[in-house]
Amino acid sequence: MTRARRWIGEHLVLGLGLLVLAYTFVPIAIVVLMSFNDSSTSRNVYKFQKFTWDNWLHPGSWADGMADSVWLSIRIALLATVVATALGTLAAFALVRHRFAGRSAANLIIFLPMASPEIVMGSSLLALFVSAGFGGQLGFWTILIAHIMFCLSFVIVTVKARLSGLNDNLEQAAMDLYATEAQTFWRVTFPLVLPGIVGAALLSFSLSFDDFIITNLNAGQEVTFPMFVYGANQRGVPMEVNVIGTAMFVISIAVVLGNEIVRRRQEKALAA
Amino acid sequence: MTSTAGVPPVSTDDTTAAKPRGRKLTGYWLILPGAVWLLLFFVIPFYSLVASSLFDPKGSVLTGYEMTWHVGNYVDAFNQYKGQLGRSLLYAGLATLTCLVVGYVLAYAIAFKAGRWKNLMLVLVIAPFFTSFLLRTLSWKLILADDGWVVGVAQAIHLTDVLNIIGLTTTDDRLLATPFAVIAGLTYNFLPFMVLPLYASLEKVDIRLIEAAGDLYASPMRGFFKVTFPLSLPGVVAGTLLTFIPAAGDYVNAQLLGSTNTKMIGNSIQSLFTTQGDYATAGALSVILMVIIVAAVMAYVRTAGTEELV
Repeated sequence: MTRARRWIGEHLVLGLGLLVLAYTFVPIAIVVLMSFNDSSTSRNVYKFQKFTWDNWLHPGSWADGMADSVWLSIRIALLATVVATALGTLAAFALVRHRFAGRSAANLIIFLPMASPEIVMGSSLLALFVSAGFGGQLGFWTILIAHIMFCLSFVIVTVKARLSGLNDNLEQAAMDLYATEAQTFWRVTFPLVLPGIVGAALLSFSLSFDDFIITNLNAGQEVTFPMFVYGANQRGVPMEVNVIGTAMFVISIAVVLGNEIVRRRQEKALAA
Repeated sequence: MTSTAGVPPVSTDDTTAAKPRGRKLTGYWLILPGAVWLLLFFVIPFYSLVASSLFDPKGSVLTGYEMTWHVGNYVDAFNQYKGQLGRSLLYAGLATLTCLVVGYVLAYAIAFKAGRWKNLMLVLVIAPFFTSFLLRTLSWKLILADDGWVVGVAQAIHLTDVLNIIGLTTTDDRLLATPFAVIAGLTYNFLPFMVLPLYASLEKVDIRLIEAAGDLYASPMRGFFKVTFPLSLPGVVAGTLLTFIPAAGDYVNAQLLGSTNTKMIGNSIQSLFTTQGDYATAGALSVILMVIIVAAVMAYVRTAGTEELV
C-alpha cells in the first residue's frame, strides 16, 4: 500500500505532465483524422463521416484556390527564410563576436518584435505602406517584407544561442595550427554553428508559412494558405486543408529530427 | 556538467562577448542589413501608425486620408470599443493564468522528472507549431461541438452549470461560441510560449537547494513554494508576458470559436483596417492596445522584480 502510494507520489507530476502534452496533440490528431474524412455525404464538416483516401489521392479535385494559396505560401516562406536567415546570421555574429556601440539598443530592437502583438505590427506596417503610397500594391512583396521582418528576430536569437554556447578552443587550435582566419571560419566555426542556422531557417519557414494576422492585413488581394483556411471557415472548410496540415506536420517533424540527429553526431564526434 | 574538465562552461552572452576578436568596424557591417530592415519595417511603421491615428476621421480609401492632428480619435475609439478592449484583457488574462498552472506542471515534469526523455518531451512541446495554427484552432470547433462528448461530459459533471453561473458560457448546453471556447482556444494556442521559458528557468534551479529544504524538514509543498517557485520567477514572468501579449492581440480564436458577443480588440482593428477602411479609428485602437500592454508589462515586471528579460 505504502509502496503504491510512494510510486504514485513519484510519478504523479510526470503523469500530469504527459497528460498536458497529450492534450496539446488532440487537435493535431483531429487534423490528421479529418484528412481522411469523406465529407461528400453530409454538409457537417465538423464531424467524421466515413474513411476515404480521396482527399490525399486526388489533388485535382481540391477546392478552388487552395493549391494556389499553398504555392504562394511556399514561395513566400522560402524567400523569407533565405533572406531572414542570411541577415539574421550576420547580425548574430555581430552581436556575439563583436563589440560595438549601440549593441544593447540593437538587442532591444531585436527583442521587441517577439514581444509585440501581431495585430499592432501588422497594422503599423499597413499604415506605413499606405502612407508611402503602396496602398494599391499590397500583395506578394508586402507580405514578403513583413515575413522577413518578423522572422529576423527569431533567427538572430536562435543563431545567437548556438554561437554563444560555442567554446572557442577549437578555433584557437585551428589558428595555432596556422589556419588563416578564413580557413578557421569556413572549416571550424561555420560547421559548428550550422545546426543553429538550419534550426533558425526551419523556424523561419514554419513561422512564415503559418502566419495569419500580419499577413491578412498586408496581403491585398493575395491569398496565402492560412488566409484560405480562414476564408473557407465561413463557407465550410474543405477536408483537403487537413491534407496540407498533416503533410506539413509530418515533413517538419522529419526535418527537425534529421537536424537533431546531425547535431548529436557532431557533438559525439567533438566529445570523442 | 563534470565532463568539461577544467573548462568553465560558456553559457552566458557576456563570457564570450568579453573577448571580442573582430576588427572595430566589422560588427557594424555585419549587423547593418538586419538592423536597417528592422528599422524600416518595424520601428518606422510605429510612427506611421501613430500618424494614421491622428488622421481626419472622415477619410476613407476613396477620398484619401488627411492629417489633421485629430486627437479626438482616441476618445472616440476608446468609448466605442472599450467593451472589446476589456474583453481582450480579460480573456488574455484568464488564458494566461490557465497556461501558467497547466504549463508549470508540464515544465516541472520535463525539468525534474523526465530523465532521459527530456529532449524528446521538449521537441513534443513545440511540435504542435508544425501544423497550421488555424487548422488547430478549427479542430477545437469539432472538439467542443454541441453534440460532441466534451459537452456531454461537461454536462454530466455539471461543469456547464458552473461555467454558466460565472458567465463564461451563456446557455447550459453549449460550449462553442462562448467566452469559454475563446479562452480555451487561447490557452491551447499559446501554451508552448509559457512552457519553454518556465522550463528554461526551472532547469537552472539547483536541485540541491530543494533537497536542502527537505533535509530541513520542509514538506514537499512548503519546499516548492519557498524554494522552487521563487527560483523559477524569471521564467514565470517571461512566460506570462510571452503568453499574455499575443493572446491580447489575437482575433483568430475569437473569430473561429466565439460569437459576435465575444469579439476582441483584434477583431475590431482588423475589420476597421481591411473592410471599413477607417484608418484613423483603427490606428488609434492599435496605439491604445500597445500603450495598455506596455504599461501593464512595466507595472508587472516592476512588481515581480525581475529585469533579466532581454
